[in-house]
Amino acid sequence: MAAKIVPRKYPMPEQDPKERIKNFNEVPLGQDPETVKLEAARCLQCKPPKGKTVPPCVEGCPVGIDIPGFLALAREGRFEEAIALIKEKNALPAICGRVCPYENQCEGACTLGKKYEPVGIGRVERFLADWERARGFRVPPRPAPTGKRVAVVGSGPAGLTAAADLARRGHAVTIFEALHAPGGVLVYGIPEFRLPKEIVRAEVEYVKSLGVEVKVDVVVGKTVTLEELRREYDAVFVATGAGLPNFMRIPGENLNGIYSANEFLTRTNLMKAYLFPEYDTPTKVGRRVATIGAGNVAMDCARTALRLGAEESYIIYRRSRAEMPARKEEIQRAEEEGVKFQLLTLPKRYLGDERGWVREVECVRMQLGEPDESGRRRPVEVPGSEFRIQVDTVVVAIGQSPNPLVPATTPGLKTSRWGTILVDEEGRTSLEGVWAGGDITTGEATVILAMGAGKRAAASIHEYLSGKPWPGDWRPVNG
Amino acid sequence: MFKILSKQFLCPTVARFEIEAPLIARKAQPGQFVILRIDERGERIPLTLNDWSPERGTITVVALEAGATTKRLNSLKAGDYLADVVGPLGRPAEIGRYGTVACVGGGVGIACIYPEVRAFKAAGNHVISIIGARTRELLIFEEEIRRFSDELHVTTDDGSYARKGFVSDVLKELLEKGRKIDLVVAVGPVPMMKAVAEVTRPHGVKTVVSLNPIMVDGTGMCGCCRVEVGGKTRFACVDGPEFDAHQVDFDLLAARNRRYLEEERMALERLKGGR
Repeated sequence: MAAKIVPRKYPMPEQDPKERIKNFNEVPLGQDPETVKLEAARCLQCKPPKGKTVPPCVEGCPVGIDIPGFLALAREGRFEEAIALIKEKNALPAICGRVCPYENQCEGACTLGKKYEPVGIGRVERFLADWERARGFRVPPRPAPTGKRVAVVGSGPAGLTAAADLARRGHAVTIFEALHAPGGVLVYGIPEFRLPKEIVRAEVEYVKSLGVEVKVDVVVGKTVTLEELRREYDAVFVATGAGLPNFMRIPGENLNGIYSANEFLTRTNLMKAYLFPEYDTPTKVGRRVATIGAGNVAMDCARTALRLGAEESYIIYRRSRAEMPARKEEIQRAEEEGVKFQLLTLPKRYLGDERGWVREVECVRMQLGEPDESGRRRPVEVPGSEFRIQVDTVVVAIGQSPNPLVPATTPGLKTSRWGTILVDEEGRTSLEGVWAGGDITTGEATVILAMGAGKRAAASIHEYLSGKPWPGDWRPVNG
Repeated sequence: MFKILSKQFLCPTVARFEIEAPLIARKAQPGQFVILRIDERGERIPLTLNDWSPERGTITVVALEAGATTKRLNSLKAGDYLADVVGPLGRPAEIGRYGTVACVGGGVGIACIYPEVRAFKAAGNHVISIIGARTRELLIFEEEIRRFSDELHVTTDDGSYARKGFVSDVLKELLEKGRKIDLVVAVGPVPMMKAVAEVTRPHGVKTVVSLNPIMVDGTGMCGCCRVEVGGKTRFACVDGPEFDAHQVDFDLLAARNRRYLEEERMALERLKGGR
């Protein structure tokens, strides 16, 4: 054990805010091997508390990585063994090492974190994954085929994780992806400067190397139906995500220059509009850009707008700073880059010019009243406080609803009144042989929670394919 | 990758492609479309299905050269491959037995209305087809449409062939003469569809139009294709592409379709410079 406690994380160098808003390169630059060894050595190697089987950090990890185990190996510079240990549980470590909200999970549960800064678990994971990728993956030996076939619908974090886990157990897995590139939200939603697409591509290649087949350009519900997949495969896992953008339904919302966050990000990330005209898909960003909403997606949009040349990038949010749902780190980075926050402000309508382009957003000031169902203080309008903000571009980032394509075309697949697919504690749906997980069952959440759901479903699918009967008394847990 | 099996120019600016896409061919229905991408750097563009053959495992689309992407598309040949073809997308047309159905096609919209002409005829309707183009050489699919129509009316804007005028003029005349028409389906440029809607509105004839907004994913994910129908926002890719013509805000659609004119010009210039 380290003799002396190091109270703070070893810093990770970052691109300077003034520079980075001019490019789409990643913001944090990674750490060197010596720093990583020191960071890993900060771990106290806690034993499981009484009555528990794993230490707190592992309990805080939705995919149950042996965190003290890989930190102990990393501390000694045994990077190859350390990353192999992570990959027993997590096929996408370079992705998780970048986009996981560690502060609420492993690092949030870290014992050291009670008095000092927690161990920088995320940055060690990131280093190990990058270290391995730079050397080329070692493909694990394939298990004997079970002869069972599984279809996975959607190649986002839940689908990729379930596919990897099932392939490692010897099942033949085919992923069906509607878009032309696998990765789901990892490729269309999360910007290059937070998650380089080359990294997603590499980790998808790793999942393929486990024996998983990926079929792009197949829209389940249109090109093939879920019923057809059920007939052809022994089990189906539905992980179609929360892909339906919400709008506020206020006047003027269809003016030119107003995007959903999904469109704005998809154009930029998946279609690479920031490289127009090298790439064919254009995007248009004016001098003044307002992003409506204050979640992680909103921060991504506001920061993307700066990189696309906006002079002013605003976040407009109806509650106060304390209620902003984005990760602290994302808010901080947005602020460093010059994003301005118009808090306690609610858009009421958009005003356009004679050619149909948005020119102003009329807002009203808000104040916080009594707490609502979510426990957050309810924002109420301040009468007579209307004012206008000049804008050239608006991005509506107020959340996504579950993708309705599969439920709408699958008789018997039960959904909640919010449109999420109902599942029991193992991810089983109302149809035998069909599981679901990720945002399609929870509504919009995080990459790692979707991965956890993929893992649970894979375990349940494996048991079913090994002979465990389908339950007679199916009880959904997410109604 | 999706192989182009055959390609012909129907007129100098419109080409027809038969593409190997067995999964799409098995599911395609009149009124649906595909999203296509030429190569790794390409944009995703929607094209209405012109025909399909589950037996051959192929679909047919018709593209009008309008911007850089369609110009490049139309330069491809049989044996070339497209990076992506996705579909069939959108809700199928509501084919049924209405009585007398007028199918109105303008420009490249004639190729889009063709499968509906065929399907309405097969469903036992009396089909009146009205097709039109700017000028004689741009008129496509006349013989194919004729084969499945009980009556065919043809117009050219400049009078270089058949009747001079617009397709909406013919429709107006028929209605004013008291012809009983139970359903009008129109596909074509926005001003033409708007004109058709205005012609049928006073006669209270049910009218359906197939909208052609800009799209990205085509599966309801991005909202790029939103249109207003009856004052409500709808996504043309999943709620449409066909809507009640009397409820559609055509001016909004026209304005939204002009969003990237500047960029389209830039891309065309670049293409001419030899990309």
